[in-house]
Amino acid sequence: MVRASAMVLDGYGINCPYETAYAVRASGGEAKIVHVGELIASPKILEEYNLLILPGGFSFGDDLGSARVLANRLRHGAGEALRGFIGSGKLVMGICNGFQALVKMGLLPVPDFRQRVTLTYNSSGKFEDRWVRLAINGKSPCVFTKGIEFLDLPVRHGEGRFVPSGKEVVEEMLGKNLIACQYIGPGGDVNTYPYNPNGSVGGIAGICDESGRVFGLMPHPEAYNHFTNHPLWTRNGGKGGEGLRMFRNAIGHIESCL
Amino acid sequence: MGNDACRIEVRPKGGLRDPGAASISAQVYELFGIRPKDVAIVRAYSICGSVSDEEAEMLGRELFADAVSEEFSAKEAFYPDYWRVEVGFLPGMTDNEGNTAREGIRDALGKEVEAYSSRVYALSADFDDDAVVGEIAKKLLANEVIQAWKISPPGEAAFEPYLPRVELDHAPVAGEIDLQVSDSELEAISKSRTLALSLEEMREIKAHYAKPSVRKERERMGLGKGATDVELEALAQSWSEHCKHKIFNAKIDYSEEGEGVEGRAERIDSIFKTYIQSATDEIRKPYVVSVFRDNGGIIRIDHEDDIAVKVETHNAPSALDPYGGALTGILGVNRDILGTGMGAKPVANINVLCFGMLGDKDVPKGCLSTRRIARGVVRGIEHGGNMVGIPTVNGSVVFDKCYAARPLVYAGTVGLMPHAIGGRETARKEIRPGYLAVMVGGRIGKDGIHGATFSSQQQLTTGIAGSVVQIGDPITQKKVIDMVLEARDLGLFEAVTDNGAGGLSSSIGELAQMSGGCEVWLDKCPLKYPGLDPWEILLSESQERMTLAVPEGKLQAVMELARKHGVEAAAVGKFTDSGKFHIFYGKNTVALLDMEFLHEGAPQMRLKAVWRKKILMPPNGLPADHNDALAALLASPNIASKEWVIRQYDHEVQGGSALKPLMGECAPSDGGVVRPVLGKKWGIAVAHGICPKYVEDSYLMALNAVDEAVRNAVACGARFGYLACLDNFSWPDPIKGPRNPDGDFKLAQLVRAARGMHDAAVAYGMPIISGKDSMKNDYYVDGSKYSINPTLLVTVVGKVEDVGRIASSDFKEVGDPIYVLGTTRLEMGGSEYFGAYGGVGEGMPSVNLKENALLYPALSRAIEAGLVRSVHDVSDGGLATAFAECAIGGGVGAELELSLISKETDEDAALLFSESAGRFIVSVREKDAFKFEKAMFGTKVKKAGRVRGDKRVVIRNRGNGLINKDVYELKDIWRGALKW
Repeated sequence: MVRASAMVLDGYGINCPYETAYAVRASGGEAKIVHVGELIASPKILEEYNLLILPGGFSFGDDLGSARVLANRLRHGAGEALRGFIGSGKLVMGICNGFQALVKMGLLPVPDFRQRVTLTYNSSGKFEDRWVRLAINGKSPCVFTKGIEFLDLPVRHGEGRFVPSGKEVVEEMLGKNLIACQYIGPGGDVNTYPYNPNGSVGGIAGICDESGRVFGLMPHPEAYNHFTNHPLWTRNGGKGGEGLRMFRNAIGHIESCL
Repeated sequence: MGNDACRIEVRPKGGLRDPGAASISAQVYELFGIRPKDVAIVRAYSICGSVSDEEAEMLGRELFADAVSEEFSAKEAFYPDYWRVEVGFLPGMTDNEGNTAREGIRDALGKEVEAYSSRVYALSADFDDDAVVGEIAKKLLANEVIQAWKISPPGEAAFEPYLPRVELDHAPVAGEIDLQVSDSELEAISKSRTLALSLEEMREIKAHYAKPSVRKERERMGLGKGATDVELEALAQSWSEHCKHKIFNAKIDYSEEGEGVEGRAERIDSIFKTYIQSATDEIRKPYVVSVFRDNGGIIRIDHEDDIAVKVETHNAPSALDPYGGALTGILGVNRDILGTGMGAKPVANINVLCFGMLGDKDVPKGCLSTRRIARGVVRGIEHGGNMVGIPTVNGSVVFDKCYAARPLVYAGTVGLMPHAIGGRETARKEIRPGYLAVMVGGRIGKDGIHGATFSSQQQLTTGIAGSVVQIGDPITQKKVIDMVLEARDLGLFEAVTDNGAGGLSSSIGELAQMSGGCEVWLDKCPLKYPGLDPWEILLSESQERMTLAVPEGKLQAVMELARKHGVEAAAVGKFTDSGKFHIFYGKNTVALLDMEFLHEGAPQMRLKAVWRKKILMPPNGLPADHNDALAALLASPNIASKEWVIRQYDHEVQGGSALKPLMGECAPSDGGVVRPVLGKKWGIAVAHGICPKYVEDSYLMALNAVDEAVRNAVACGARFGYLACLDNFSWPDPIKGPRNPDGDFKLAQLVRAARGMHDAAVAYGMPIISGKDSMKNDYYVDGSKYSINPTLLVTVVGKVEDVGRIASSDFKEVGDPIYVLGTTRLEMGGSEYFGAYGGVGEGMPSVNLKENALLYPALSRAIEAGLVRSVHDVSDGGLATAFAECAIGGGVGAELELSLISKETDEDAALLFSESAGRFIVSVREKDAFKFEKAMFGTKVKKAGRVRGDKRVVIRNRGNGLINKDVYELKDIWRGALKW
């Protein structure tokens, strides 16, 4: 059995590597926090891992647009290594700022280094921290969301509004079930604020590529690692750290398929 | 073809809504009554360096504009037919976006260039003339303290780069100042150099330089008879109120006057020693690791981990540039924690803000509007916490007109540190002669010069503001935190401290006390731009810098680690045992001071304090229907939900959030609880108390603030008996003078507040582990003085043994019995209820420390036993308000019978709205009621209500209905009142 081994990127204002690495370990995998500078200096080190996670944060202060400079730096500095990593069937996950980076690098929804969609300023004009409910697309090839129907997670961002470059991109994503998760309100509606916290088109919260192995989402699964994270836990007693299910899925896939 | 400078503009693609522009449009209408036809915001970048037209196009495409949502122009201006207001930073201000652009260009082109950011606000409207646009620019779009702007009328848009370069045509020089002069000349020296030194202090310095031994030594070193400007500035910084807390350490003659006052008189030798330090000494808790001597206090949590805590104020800068002031405030207190012991990792932020009334249109001349201050401060705290990745777990906003000219911004941070690394205690710094002083982080510029002496000044005017206001850089700070903590774990340094007020002079100067001297090499310091005088390099408060004490053999490893993190580092001095503070600029000595004189030479102040009892009037008319009063209170700014602000702060980052500022949909928490070590079940509770409304008797103000903070911490599940507190005194000038005739009264209020702090801390067995004071919160303009009310913030941190047992404030399930804990008294003086109807009134809450010290540990134990389903402290707005909040949070109805509670009054209004301390509302499961009552045996606990099956909030006294409201109606009032 292959042991799941995650590279969790850090540095330049990425600010969730600690809890992201914890989430991997608590889900049964190994995790190492690696500075982006170290990866750029020797992209070959990526080969030692089978899961790459770009955690949340404010890389380069989100100046010039969220994750823009990080995306460029990774593309210029480690583009080939990333291509090889994805090509060999390994997994990539981008959370919040990491999702923004994947999208702006052009690794989602198609990992060919061409940007097709973006994440821009919330319709509310504000950074917001609130818990949302995600509806998971059961038909999606996404390996991270397998077996999950609904999941509550926190969002914490100012630039999470999903905008596609055109109709054909949406059609392709719909046709291939690349929309892995959507924000959903109590009535099943995906567009109503604050259940859709940022004005994302179609309530899109997370997408994957055709293989299902490259996945990005705005909400933070690593921040639901314990039952006391959920805002309702003092009312209903809470369930275990449900956000870990995504990490367990990834680890399960690595252990059984790689 | 290569250009020397170019410009790129970026805007959202057509059809894509820009919420920022919509907000500007709304504010133009709100402030100026003009409804623009269209508003757009253009991001502009000006680049100085050799960039070809093709390269500029490439940068626009790949770096500056988003391929999906934005478009760029490298040739001509967007919106040429609109009024264009371009806002950019003044030369020398930190331009984070410009700096990032420079890095991005390096990645893309492999070239070093200069890059500057600016914003163009394009307005389409029928303005009468450019004067209106000028007003909009000045009052809304730009802050003249930090920014410049340019207005282009329609059709006149230019496409010129905006290059705010610092060009100092100045050869650095150390000046000499003759101090053997008259008193009036001494005073003139202090004033003209913004030294904030009193005549007595100037005389002390003069006498020092006149000593034959000093003269002889200076002669030997080739120095003149006078002081160098470097020396005088270093002395002023080290002796400043900000750094030395002279008022807190003064000898004070205290007396009392007024009707019914016993006329107590006493002499106090240092408020700090008498009331603060002594309380901690008397309490002697085993978990106290380090108090008062470091940047923050440290307490033990378990066998592996300690926590460090510090709360600071950043008041003066926030008045001038709310965003930059609050941002540097929060980043500054993060650095305090990073510089405590061998360095702690920031794991939680706290912020408490005091503003004027949001609706007030008339603010003192020269002040920003309260709304603008509030918006800017909130954004600064948002960026400071969110970007660095520190959860903001607790805070509050207090509104009172006394803060209109001088808002208060309290920022606090909790840090986590291993108790020991490789057998070495992390609380202890150690410096041996020969260790190098290594500065890491940002470069030095003219920014922030005189911050320490400025905040110690008697007044705040905008005249000298240019150099004291600065903007923080959260990302550089994040990189510095990462680097320092990694260096700590690798054992690369033996001491660390932050560069805050006073810059290197303060950081190296203070660390040097451990080895007994230092050398500083000013020419080795990395500068933002050339042309700084030696004293400016030493005193600059440029942000995001730490100083490490590094053994020589480890310097290379430190430099390599800094490179990895993209952090600047330089060895800028050496610790010695020479007894001297010895500063070089190149080969020349520019300052040579005895360490002892620098740190201990300031003469102790002697001050007089007189307390005069005032008569306080209650309001004239109070409403007959208590439902109206409850609705008015729930909508009042000090009680209404702060959700609008809270949601802009990240409370989840680091993954350990357990009790958030809002639970469920909107239930307000009494404090915050986080698990800083994921995988362990203990947590840290953070709570606070602040009640400036009891200012007329500051002894009671302090008792109430401590009690409120403790109550909140206990309600959050912190164990009573495992608490520690911090005091932050923000005061108006307490030194009597011609412009400040009641200074002696304010000093008496300070004495009384400190005494209250002491008495409450001792009664609760709670050590005071750190504190800070901010003493000159006055604003003078056109012969008028605007002073804040004395304001004491008490912050409490405590250990939660098992976060899985704590409770939130919202009522849970139909039928749950409701208890009122503590005694309700006729204590309406200063209450929100009286305040809402225009009065203050006698009879402020007296705080029964003994009774509470029995109640709190019992409640702690009941929570730890898992018996408590909801708990909420009773404070602003009294029992009725707290009861309504519990129901609102749970979205349920509830009823309460006041005749059943523990009380010393039968007056309906007092039972509902009195703000007696020491009270909680608790609900439990029906099946746990007996166990709960047993756990609380011997305390003032009364079952007085239950959660209802309908949605009515009902309060009765002896069966008479006083309150009967729908919970959703109350929720809308409370939740919707405050947005800005």
